[in-house]
Amino acid sequence: MQLNELWFLIVGFLFVGYFVLDGFDFGVGISLPFLGKDDVDRRVLINTIGPVWDLNETWVLVAGASLFAAFPEWYATLFSGFYLPLLLILLALIARGVAFEYRGKGHTIGANETRWKATFDWMIFIGSAVPALLWGVAFANIVGGVPLVHDAETNTTLFTGNLFTLLNPYGLLGGLVTLTLFWTHGLLFITLKTDGEIKERARKLANKVGLVTTLLAATFLVWTLLTHLSAPLFLLQFGLTAIAALSLIAGLFMNYKGREGVAFSLVVVTIITAVGALFAGLFPNVMPSTLDPAASLTIDNARSSDYTLGVMTWVAAIMLPLVLAYQTWTYWVFRKRVSRKSIPATAH
Amino acid sequence: MHGLSAVLMADQTALDLARWQFGLTTVYHFLFVPLTIGMVLLVALMQTAWVRTGDEKFLKMTKLFGKIFLINFAMGVVTGIVQEFQFGMNWSDYSRFVGDIFGAPLAMEGLLAFFFEATFIGLWIFGWNRLPKKIHLATIWMTVLGVWLSAYFILAANSFMQNPVGFEINEAKNRAELTDIGAVLTNIVALNQFPHTITASIMFSGAVMVAVAAYHLKRNQHVASMYPSLRFGLWTTLIGGAGTVLSGDGLGLAMVQTQPMKMAAAEALYNTTNSASFSIFTWGTPDGKSELFSIRIPNLLSFLSTHTWDGEVEGLRNLNAEYIAKYGAETGLTDFMPTLWITYWAFRWMIGLGVLVALVALVGLWLTRKGNITLPKWTWNVAIWSAPLPLLAISIGWMFTEMGRQPWIVFRLMPTASGVSPGVGAFEVMVSLIAFTAIYAVLAVVEFKLLLSAVKAGPVDEQEHDAESELLPVAY
Repeated sequence: MQLNELWFLIVGFLFVGYFVLDGFDFGVGISLPFLGKDDVDRRVLINTIGPVWDLNETWVLVAGASLFAAFPEWYATLFSGFYLPLLLILLALIARGVAFEYRGKGHTIGANETRWKATFDWMIFIGSAVPALLWGVAFANIVGGVPLVHDAETNTTLFTGNLFTLLNPYGLLGGLVTLTLFWTHGLLFITLKTDGEIKERARKLANKVGLVTTLLAATFLVWTLLTHLSAPLFLLQFGLTAIAALSLIAGLFMNYKGREGVAFSLVVVTIITAVGALFAGLFPNVMPSTLDPAASLTIDNARSSDYTLGVMTWVAAIMLPLVLAYQTWTYWVFRKRVSRKSIPATAH
Repeated sequence: MHGLSAVLMADQTALDLARWQFGLTTVYHFLFVPLTIGMVLLVALMQTAWVRTGDEKFLKMTKLFGKIFLINFAMGVVTGIVQEFQFGMNWSDYSRFVGDIFGAPLAMEGLLAFFFEATFIGLWIFGWNRLPKKIHLATIWMTVLGVWLSAYFILAANSFMQNPVGFEINEAKNRAELTDIGAVLTNIVALNQFPHTITASIMFSGAVMVAVAAYHLKRNQHVASMYPSLRFGLWTTLIGGAGTVLSGDGLGLAMVQTQPMKMAAAEALYNTTNSASFSIFTWGTPDGKSELFSIRIPNLLSFLSTHTWDGEVEGLRNLNAEYIAKYGAETGLTDFMPTLWITYWAFRWMIGLGVLVALVALVGLWLTRKGNITLPKWTWNVAIWSAPLPLLAISIGWMFTEMGRQPWIVFRLMPTASGVSPGVGAFEVMVSLIAFTAIYAVLAVVEFKLLLSAVKAGPVDEQEHDAESELLPVAY
């Protein structure tokens, strides 16, 4: 395996990690207005992800930085090209992050507590729904291709579209898929992490949202397959898509049966394989051009030098197993369910 | 709107807006960073003292300053994401040109430090009742390690912009490529910038601690935990201040060696001079080219630049002529001087504010020796109002460092104007600048109010928490 192929895999792994982990954070945030009947409910929901949302969000920073280090052309073209969607994601992530921190502290500065909390609950909802939607739009557009041109004189690739270029049917469908998939994922996470009535409400809602997710995801993944029939990794893409579909259906069935642990694990498999299928369809491109195949960014023309990739491979080889180990330990420490009884009268 | 025409016509408005945006978001981000870097160490030390002695006052101190640390930490995290995305969004040609080098420390920061600090800070916040005492203590020390490592990598990345090392130009790909990661990570600027940043952050955190303690001691309340906090804060401020001076001296020498133009700009020294003096204050003609009045310390600039009293300090005119000859044709630039009134005054305010607060700490240590807290009110007010000054000095120091690097984005390698995103128009940058300014302004107000209320509430009696100890740790 070439170093740039390895790094395509590592970048894919980091984004998969991000979507699996922050995916359920987004789902919990989106569920807030649907499942939280009162403030205690909402605090139960928020505290299911309390100790981990920050480290889950960190995955996108690491994924972005690794993209920068391993494929600078990809990073530069993608981030400057998808300017406004990324801006919205940034604003949403800021809003969500501070809302978690601030919502319980209104009384300390004499704010009207009901209005204060309602404001930040909305920020959590919007701050979760917007990235859940826009990451799908962004990735669908990466895979589906965007108008790129190559300027021979400066040897740079340039995105020539705008915001509306990205809001095409395929991109929007991709957005709806991640939105509903992360929502389902979050609902299953809630069934796994809570007890009593709220758990039951989450389970029932997951049945419904899961059904919509299945329809949207199936359409999207089949569409992706049909447009990548001649892709070099088509068989892999096809296999991953099949696993994604089967595990999603099986996961929803298990949820229906009340086996939340299995259901959650199966949807994790769905996210891993669905994102894997997208990356498989993309390979060896990293940003295909819809205007001129020669202007497509690939793992060859977007890559860093052998030396840089070699150094980074050492760092990743040592750090990624460690990262996985201590993050697993964190989830072990906070494995207990959160219930209404575990919410103290006042936040500290 | 977009397309190749944008490459050929450098969009001056978009460039200016992108620079404003980088300045605004970076200065804002760095308002929260120093307290994170410094306070995490102080909290770890206080918690260690508690675990070792079992003394209740240390636990109170740990919890109070831990709370202040966390309110501040959250802002550092959310504003930090913007920083990483911004290189690609607004400075894509910069990212293309140096990404092979610059991306590596950023990715290392992520893999080695960000995961580490995010994980262990979560364990620390929520682990109070769930982890054994010593393991819980270890999580805050792990956080210290993560935060400091993170600082090192990002400073190494910044140092490459000040003093590019360990690379070669790949003509075929039209970019700079990494050839020696060791050289990038042991860049002389990074080696000096890191201790300077750490010590200045510790100084600021000490000053915040002093202010919190002074607020309560002025009201004669919580004396049992606030007096030791005061002494600890004063010593921290003084030691951090001394460290800042020493490391700043090292950084100055590195700067003369790597960016002589910046040192000349710090003094607005036009002509190369032996035994150069350092002016504390200058009043000049509006164009800044000749001075009307100044207070000077003889030979000091020579000493700061060379560690000899009569050393030669290169002047702006010589350097500018040299750079024009060397880089003028290639870059199309006709002037390589940074904006002098900014570099000149920034350098003075940075040093002046830092020294002033160190002196306040020294006097404070003397006044409050042997348990004395019966002091006139105004002395407590001085202690309180000194707290923001080191932060101001740090911000100004960064403005000096970054504006002193202009007109280069990577010194002697890439002009700032060449780094901006070719496909991003002024409209988009304007929209994001307005959005960031608005949201940052609102958050600043809320953040400040929350910090203030945490300070005023003071240390909490630990009995109040006992009722919760059987429950899951929930923070939200």
